[in-house]
Amino acid sequence: MAADQALALALTTLTGISVLVLVALGLAIIFGMMRIINLAHGEFLMIGAFVALYCVRAGVPFAVSVLVAAVVVGLFGVAVERLLIQHLYGRLEDTMLATWGLSLIMVQAVVLIFGASTRGLPTPLGNVRFGRYSVSGYSLVLIGSAVVMLALVFWLFTRTRYGTMARAAMQLPETAMIVGINTRTVNMVTFGMGSALAGAAGALLAPVAGVVPSMGQGYIARAFMTVIVGGPAVLTGTTAAAALLGAVDRTVSFLSTQFYGQAALLIAAIVLLRLMPTGLSGRMRRQL
Amino acid sequence: MKTKATQQRSTYWSAFVAFVVMALVATACGGGGAGETGDAGEDTAGGDTEQGTEGGGEASGDPIVVGAIFDETGGLNIYGEHKVKAARLSVEAINDEGGVLGRPLELVTYDTQSTNEKYTQFANQLALQDQAVVIQGGITSASREAVRPVVDRHEILYFYNEQYEGGVCDRNVFLTGVVPSQQLAALIPWAIENVGPKMYVLAADYNYGQISAQWVDRYAEENGGEVVGTDFIPLDVNEFGSTINSLQSAQPDVVVSLLVGGEHIAFYRQFAAAGLGENMRIVSPTFGLGNEQVVLGPDEAKDITVAFPYFQELDTPENTEFVERWHAEYGDDYPYIPDQAVDEWVGWHLWAQAVEEAGSLEREDVIEALEGGLSIDGPGGTVTMDGPSHHVVKDVHIGTVNDEGGFDVIESQEQVPPSFEQEQCDLIANPDLNEQFTPED
Repeated sequence: MAADQALALALTTLTGISVLVLVALGLAIIFGMMRIINLAHGEFLMIGAFVALYCVRAGVPFAVSVLVAAVVVGLFGVAVERLLIQHLYGRLEDTMLATWGLSLIMVQAVVLIFGASTRGLPTPLGNVRFGRYSVSGYSLVLIGSAVVMLALVFWLFTRTRYGTMARAAMQLPETAMIVGINTRTVNMVTFGMGSALAGAAGALLAPVAGVVPSMGQGYIARAFMTVIVGGPAVLTGTTAAAALLGAVDRTVSFLSTQFYGQAALLIAAIVLLRLMPTGLSGRMRRQL
Repeated sequence: MKTKATQQRSTYWSAFVAFVVMALVATACGGGGAGETGDAGEDTAGGDTEQGTEGGGEASGDPIVVGAIFDETGGLNIYGEHKVKAARLSVEAINDEGGVLGRPLELVTYDTQSTNEKYTQFANQLALQDQAVVIQGGITSASREAVRPVVDRHEILYFYNEQYEGGVCDRNVFLTGVVPSQQLAALIPWAIENVGPKMYVLAADYNYGQISAQWVDRYAEENGGEVVGTDFIPLDVNEFGSTINSLQSAQPDVVVSLLVGGEHIAFYRQFAAAGLGENMRIVSPTFGLGNEQVVLGPDEAKDITVAFPYFQELDTPENTEFVERWHAEYGDDYPYIPDQAVDEWVGWHLWAQAVEEAGSLEREDVIEALEGGLSIDGPGGTVTMDGPSHHVVKDVHIGTVNDEGGFDVIESQEQVPPSFEQEQCDLIANPDLNEQFTPED
C-alpha cells in the first residue's frame, strides 16, 4: 500500500470513528446515566442540523451556530424530558416506544414546516491533497470536534458539582436522595445535556450530510450500536466502541464495498454482545 | 452483586432485541426490501390512513373514484412530496376540463410512509373498499413490484409514472417513466464522448440500482467505454469516505451515480468536499428527481450532468402553462418541478384520454384504446404510448446543473422510443406475458 493510500485510509477511518463518537455521545450519556434509550436521538441531530442551517443562512458564523444548535436542542430535550420521559423512568421498552413515536412526529413536523428539500450547507474549508488522494479539510474539523466533545464530557462529569451529583444519582439513587440530591432535577439536566450534545453533533454534521427531515434515520442505528457495544461507561465505552466499529466498517468497506462494511459492523456488534453482554466497558471498575 | 450484573445483562439484551425488531420494521422501508409482497394484503385494516379527496365542480354526474399511492412521509418523501402534488394537480386539471365521460374524478390518495408492505395494503384497499377504476403511483421499483401482483389479481389498471430500470412487461400495467434504453442510452455515450471512457458506477442496492448497473455496463461497452468499478450502496448509508477512497484509487473519468433517496445526497456533498470534482465528473439518471440540486449548493452540484424527458426550464407553451398552474397551486417559491412530477401528469392525462376515446371505464376497453397509440402534448413535449410495450415514446434532454438550483439543457433528442422494451415486449401479440426483462436475460 502506497503512503498516500495509507494516509487516506487512516484519515477516513478516523473521520468515521469521530462521526460515530459525535452521534453516539449524547445517546450514551442519556442511556448510561438514566437507562433511557432515546430513539428520537436521530431527530435531535436533525433539529440541530436545521438550526445550524438557518443560523448560517441568517449570517451567524458557523462555530456560533453549533453552540446555538446545542442550546436550542438542549432546551427542547428538557421539555421532552418534562412532558414525556419523566413519566416513564424505569420502563425501558416504554421509553423506546414513546421516543420512537416522537421521532416520527418530529420528522413529519419538519416536513410540514420546511418542506422535503431545503438548500443545505456546503462543506467549508476545501480539501487537503496528498499524492493521488485528498480528503476534505472539514473532516479534520470533525475529528477535532469529537476530541473536544469527549474532553468536555469528561470535565463535566468529573470536575463539576453537577457531574458528581449525576454520577451519584446514577450509581446509588436512594443514597443520593438521602444526602439531599434532587434526582429529578439531575435527570432533567442530564437529558438536556445529552440532547445538547446531539444538537451540536447535528450542527457539525450539517455540512457533510444532506440536511433533509429524514436524515436522523441514517445515524440512529449506528449510534445505538455504538452505545450498546460500548456498555455502561459513557466515555471509555463509547470511545472504544466507536473506534472498534468504525475501524471494522471502514477497513472492510475499503477492502471490499460499503455493503460488506455495513454487514461487518453488524456482525461485529452481535459477536461482541454475545461474548460481552454488558458491552466493552461492562467489566470496568470506573464507570465513566 | 451477581443479581445486579444479571439485571444489567438482561437490560442490554432486551434493549438490543427491542431495537433490532424496530430496526427491522423501519428498514423494511426505503425500497430496501426486494418486493416482499407476501400475503400482507389480506390485512386492510390500517387505522393510520390519510385520505384526501379532490373533486371538481365543473363536471356533473357521479364522481369516478381513482387512486394514488405514494411515500409522502419517511425517507422517500423527497420524491413523494412532489409526486402527490403532481397527481392532485393533474386530476384537478382534468376536472377543470370537464372530467372524463362528463363525470368528475375523485382522487383518493394513500401515504405508505416509505414502507413497501403498505403499498400492498393500500392497493388492496383501493381495489376492494374504494372501488377505484385506476391506480397510479409507486416510487421505488420495489414499491411497483409490491403493487403489481395486487392490481393484476384485482384486474385494476395500474400506471407507474416514474423513471425506472426498464423491462416490465405486464398487460395490466402502463409505464410512463423514462427507461434506460432512452435515458442511459443518451447519457452514457454523451459522457464517453465529452468526458472520457473510464467509468465508475455507484448504485443504490436494490432492484433499480442492480439492473441499471447492468445497463451502464452494456452502454459503456457498446460505445467504447469501460466500467472500472461498481459499488452497491445500501439506502441508509450517508457516509462515503471509503467510496471516495475507492474513486481516488481507480481515478475514473466519469462517476455514474445511480444513487437514490435522502441519505445518498450526502455523497455529492462529500465528493465535492474532497475535491474530486476537479478530475472526475458525475453523470446520473437519478440526480434531480429528489431535488438534489436544491439541497446542494451550486458549487457542490456544479457540472453534474443528467438526462431527463422534462426540465422545468423547457421553453414550450405547454410547459409555461404547466409551471404557471403549479406555481399558482403550490406557491411561486416552489424550488423546482422535477421530471417525475411530470410523469404523473402524463400518466393521468393518457388514462383520461384513453377513457374518452374508449367511451367506457371498462379495463379491456381502456387497454385497447391505450394500445392503439394515444398521444398527448405534455409539459415535456409530445408523449406517445407505444401500444405493444406499454411504455412511452418521448423526448430526452441532457442537462447540467446551473447556478440557480435548476439545469441548463445542453442537448436534446426528439421522440426517443423505448427500444429495449419494444424488442422484448409485445403485449398485443402475447397478452399473457408477465415478467420483467433485464439486459442479462
